[in-house]
Amino acid sequence: MFATILQTLPQVLIDGLALGAIYAVVALGYTMVYGILELINFAHGEIFMTGAFVGTAVLFLFQGMGLTGGLPPWISYVLILFVAMMVTGALGVGIERVAYRPLRKAPKLISLISAFGVSFVLQDLVRFIAELKTGNYIVSVPQLFEGRFSLSFSSMSAALGNATVKTNTVFIFIVAIVLMVGLDIFVNRTKWGGAMRAVAQDRETASLMSINVNKVILLTFFIGSALGGSTGVLFAQQYGTIDPYIGFILGLKAFTAAVLGGIGNIRGAMFGGVVIGVLEMFASANLGLMTGGNFGAEYKDVFAFAILIVVLIFKPEGLFGKAVKEKV
Amino acid sequence: MKWKWNGLVAATLIMGLLAGCGNGGTSTTTGASGSGGSSSGKVIKIATQSPLSGGSSIQGEAIRLGAQMSLEDHKEEFTKLGYSLELVPYDDQGDPKKGVANAEQIGADQAVLGVIGHLNSGVSIPSSVVYEKYNIPMISPASTATEFTDRKLKVANRVVARDDFQGPAAANYAVKTVGAKKIFVIQDKTAYGQGLAEAFRDEAQKLGATIVGYEGITVGEKDFNGVLNIAATQNPDFIFFGGLYAEGGLIIKQARDKGITAPIMGGDALDSSGLVEVAGPDVKGALYSSVAGEIAKMEGGPEWGARYQKAFGKAPEGYSAYAYDSMTIMLDAIKKTVESNKGEMPTREAVRDAVRATKDFKGIATEVTFDDKGDNSFAKVYIYEFKGDTYPGELVSEVSQ
Repeated sequence: MFATILQTLPQVLIDGLALGAIYAVVALGYTMVYGILELINFAHGEIFMTGAFVGTAVLFLFQGMGLTGGLPPWISYVLILFVAMMVTGALGVGIERVAYRPLRKAPKLISLISAFGVSFVLQDLVRFIAELKTGNYIVSVPQLFEGRFSLSFSSMSAALGNATVKTNTVFIFIVAIVLMVGLDIFVNRTKWGGAMRAVAQDRETASLMSINVNKVILLTFFIGSALGGSTGVLFAQQYGTIDPYIGFILGLKAFTAAVLGGIGNIRGAMFGGVVIGVLEMFASANLGLMTGGNFGAEYKDVFAFAILIVVLIFKPEGLFGKAVKEKV
Repeated sequence: MKWKWNGLVAATLIMGLLAGCGNGGTSTTTGASGSGGSSSGKVIKIATQSPLSGGSSIQGEAIRLGAQMSLEDHKEEFTKLGYSLELVPYDDQGDPKKGVANAEQIGADQAVLGVIGHLNSGVSIPSSVVYEKYNIPMISPASTATEFTDRKLKVANRVVARDDFQGPAAANYAVKTVGAKKIFVIQDKTAYGQGLAEAFRDEAQKLGATIVGYEGITVGEKDFNGVLNIAATQNPDFIFFGGLYAEGGLIIKQARDKGITAPIMGGDALDSSGLVEVAGPDVKGALYSSVAGEIAKMEGGPEWGARYQKAFGKAPEGYSAYAYDSMTIMLDAIKKTVESNKGEMPTREAVRDAVRATKDFKGIATEVTFDDKGDNSFAKVYIYEFKGDTYPGELVSEVSQ
């Protein structure tokens, strides 16, 4: 049994890390907003989905203008990411302005319901537009990187199997790392990052220190949503099909990742995302093997969430909940 | 910010308004053309129920259009009898809850004498209970699950083959023609996917192949790398997937991305141009069994296909002709009952029994004789292979009961 698990491990790890990187970047959006406002922005999954659709629309536009032939694929990729980030960032700011700011003084439950409302509106709006354009809301996405290559782990040790990696997977890793490191530096090293941490700690005191709280909150929403939108583009390129409902379950898992890492903690969210992604992939590849075929791959989510429950029983504040004092 | 939101709201409202107008427009035109044909006020309505939105909407739309085409062809006959025909399309969204809710609405409309539908077995089964309550006969051009007719309802009929015939036929082809020895089976945990996969698995084992894995996936997910990693370690020489095309296409694509080269086969739900759209060039070499034959090779098929293309501006899908035949059977039965009822509006019970009594009907796609359960004795299973990345695949084998 262990020989088989070890044999598949390299491939499982690579697939798991790719999925985990996506969860991690989406989880950042949840955790940042929670850190600042103590509000769970359940519309964030839909922002991710909108990013996937915006990115795909821009890609179709590029192809329509015949630009993809002339440009190297990575340049169009970066351009698409940029456009999707700007659009979803603006969308996040708009949602904050319309759905959350009027309710900032209301009980937390009210803004939660407003978040659900926003998610339904976004789902159906995107579905409507996609259906209008293609007649079918499940959209197939053209791939910018078609290539794949094989990593020969078996030459290191005979117990390990080889892994096939899509070029796009490498791109996911690069983009995710750039975004996460960039965010970490922004929050910890810049003036605006400092303002953000101040608002997260104490909103009233921060405003007395001449920090424009509303601007900081808008900025948080912009950055969180832009991160979510960029992941949508990565997701669409990785899996090749998108529909308006991808945001729900993925958002739920990313939220779980944020909780696992300690909600409100940025590094915790990154770590939690990777853990959930790898666990899920590991479970779906090995559950059948470990239980003698009684529980198949279809129980992978049960497995991942059971781990979450166990962690929360022993560490209710999440893995990184207390390690770092400040929120954001 | 504020004006932006106002603009958005206005845009949403306008879009909603347009959508409403669009629907209203089409329904009034069908209504008008229906009543325009005859002077009498007697209307016979036939409902279609199929997914017009969602993952199977391409096939669902094909069912509606096929049925609509037959209805238009028979309009004149009925005008002579003093009736005007009207098609009422319902969208079941491939969702059992929606299908049942629609069925209740259909049952309440006394003018509806028959239903063509559904596509998904999982929707057909619960909805047929409602039709049984109202005695509305249904003919499904696509539902293959055994349970659909095994409950011996008086209203449930189908013109296509059963899963316990389709699965084994596919297994037969996989083991005997392709020569598969180590088979990996994936299913999507729905009534259809699981039933088909189990029928395939049992027959393949009987024929001497080894099942090296039997795993489930969840409908609506996009990442199947976990299941495919298991498949890769087992190194199978054949993969069978019981499920729908949205997941099937992704499985084919992601398997090829992983370097799995074994042929991948699926059931009739993969019989859609949507599969090619999702899987892209990787679809080449994929196999599917289908209960729908190749229209172009059937008697009168090419002419029919050309007429369909002309009427709706798109090529017929696998189920289009079956929906056409289903509607023709339904209308024949209604005509018979009208005639035996001396031109009066027949009861639903009479139509129901007339549909079940259909014998040696010769349609475009298939001959039909319903047995006492509502299964078609002439139903066949066809095996197709994608030779390139165009739909449909090429017919490689044909199995009759």
